[in-house]
Amino acid sequence: MKRRDFLKSTAVFVSGAALSLSALDILEPGEVLAANPELRWGFLVDTYKCVGCGFCVKACKLENEIPLEANVTRTWVERYIMTKDGQVLMDTPKGALNGFTTKLIDQNADGMKKVADEEIAQAFFVPKLCNHCTVPACVQVCPVGATYQTADGAVLVDRTWCIGCGYCIMGCPYGVRFFHPVEHVADKCTFCYHRISNGGNTACAQACPFGARRIGNLRDPRDPVARAVLHQRVGILRDEYGTKPNVYYIGLNEEVR
Amino acid sequence: MVHGEAWTIKDLFVLPNEYVYWSIQIVMYPYMTGLVAGAFVLSSLYHVFGVEKLKNIARFALVFSFALLPVAMMPLLLHLQQPFRGIHVLMTPHFTSAISAFGIVFMTYACIVAAEIWFVYRRFIVETLLRLEQKSSRSAGESILLLIYKLLSLGVRDIGAEALEADHKAVKLLAGVGIPVACFLHGYAGFIFGSVKANALWMTPLMPVIFICSAVVSGIALCIVSYYVFMEIRKWAARRGKNYLLPDAIAHGSAAVDYHHLRSVQDHEVKMTSKYLLIFMTLALTLEMLDMIFRGYTAVKSWDALRMVIYEHDFVKIFILQYGIGNLLPFIMLLIPGITVRRAAAASLLVLFGVLMMRWNVVIGGQAFSLTFAGYMHYHLPIIPHDMETFKEGLAGALTVIATPFVIFYFLNMILPAFMEENSPSH
Ligand code: SF4
Ligand code: SF4
Repeated sequence: MKRRDFLKSTAVFVSGAALSLSALDILEPGEVLAANPELRWGFLVDTYKCVGCGFCVKACKLENEIPLEANVTRTWVERYIMTKDGQVLMDTPKGALNGFTTKLIDQNADGMKKVADEEIAQAFFVPKLCNHCTVPACVQVCPVGATYQTADGAVLVDRTWCIGCGYCIMGCPYGVRFFHPVEHVADKCTFCYHRISNGGNTACAQACPFGARRIGNLRDPRDPVARAVLHQRVGILRDEYGTKPNVYYIGLNEEVR
Repeated sequence: MVHGEAWTIKDLFVLPNEYVYWSIQIVMYPYMTGLVAGAFVLSSLYHVFGVEKLKNIARFALVFSFALLPVAMMPLLLHLQQPFRGIHVLMTPHFTSAISAFGIVFMTYACIVAAEIWFVYRRFIVETLLRLEQKSSRSAGESILLLIYKLLSLGVRDIGAEALEADHKAVKLLAGVGIPVACFLHGYAGFIFGSVKANALWMTPLMPVIFICSAVVSGIALCIVSYYVFMEIRKWAARRGKNYLLPDAIAHGSAAVDYHHLRSVQDHEVKMTSKYLLIFMTLALTLEMLDMIFRGYTAVKSWDALRMVIYEHDFVKIFILQYGIGNLLPFIMLLIPGITVRRAAAASLLVLFGVLMMRWNVVIGGQAFSLTFAGYMHYHLPIIPHDMETFKEGLAGALTVIATPFVIFYFLNMILPAFMEENSPSH
């Protein structure tokens, strides 16, 4: 190739690429949606349906590149066991990455607890994730604005701007935040924002074989999540902090905090 | 290994992402900030309220507070996961965040202290400058000093009576403005904790006030201890003629520092200051007790977990180390009549320890229980560092922070002698 030809084709290529990039920029569906006040992401968890298999936890870690073996996770599943004499035991071994494979209850330094089957009054599983609060405590405290809320309600972290102070981790009443073991910045569930803003589903909801998890638009009355929130008895976690969570639970037990 | 895992032990039910994230450096942060603020308040007692008896220690406290100043920032930087981005706080201040105002408050305060020091030392700077200039042959060290003083003088060489009078007025004004700013600087360190609503132990409006009082206590105690130690060194140096430890002897000849005089000054200052220490200790202790009693009396839902932490998990740290050894014992030592310099210094050392334990119990104790109140976390300070993280957030990092102000002070004292005595009536 002659030098002139090379330059020419490079110029054509660069301008073409720039054009197509800017075209993409304008039509980015995420931005169109974010600018739309008719959209407010919400999440529905049906605790009656959750069996504690942990598929969601694994799917989330793979999708969002959180090292599988790291002892932090964007979403996890808790197991609750209430005994007939009123005791409440909970555990979440490795966030239930591999589900609950034993009847023994992991009490960390206190060892593994065994509860006889006939002692158990009630047992259930509760998946947890970032609530993408309407009044997010984490956004309030971030000194540099690295944690922010999008117009459609998702709470995200800017990995290039976070200074890693941990104030947001302290400020979140739900313990969903942690330091990413590789990136060394604050991390948490994003509702798979990269997927949903392109019309996709969240990795955890997609992975759940029982339909216990579901993302939806709270502003759309025909959306199944919005319908459930409007027409069923749903609960939210730790109302008393005034954060106004957007993850709603069907069948939320009083013991879950 | 994820951040926090190296030093956290979990017990019972703890959420998977919960660790002791704010560890030793965040204990050091309010501790060092408190020392800065406290030392400044002590120096202002003389400059603003004219407590003549504190004259000598006031000057020392001012210079020492300046040496402590950069160290208030250090723990924060050591704690950040992305320390090189620390500047982002100033570039994108996010005003709903309590930390974000730190840069601004801190800078304001630093300017006030720097300006006050300048006015206090202006006469000395100009005099030294003129003296050095008149010298026909200067050693290399003297030439450097001359350059430094030239820079420090900012080109002002007027030391007439009128100009000096103006200096005094400026000092008084700055010291006056400095008190509320110093209190704010530290009260607001308390606010950083007190405003974390997710944390049951920190969440109290009393937190800033408690922090201010204990800051003043710790600052005064540190001044007493270091004044005592430095004076001991000076006495020792004066007796043996080791002038390199005595910048004023270098300046004015060894006749300027007389052993017996040093001794009487040390005696007087330490004893006087310890009286003020007692007053502020009473105040700090009352507030802390009030907070604890109030929590127990109102006993909201979180009290169950807090009580477990306070009366069981951290009993030794709170009641033996903090209140017993760090408060009660020095309190009694200071109250017993016939106080000696040595006793006052020993008591102050205990007070310093007590305040450090208070910071520890607030910061670490506040993270000792799970957000669910169903489990607990135990913190083990990394002693032997095996990577950068365990160095920064371990004993080694804490000791680095503690040692730094003394290094800074050593050099600062060479240029602005903190123990210089002046014969002018005010200042
Ligand atoms: S759950 Fe926590 S991290 Fe998520 S938005 Fe609410 S306060 Fe922020
Ligand atoms: S850790 Fe990062 S995101 Fe969290 S408050 Fe600090 S700077 Fe903001």
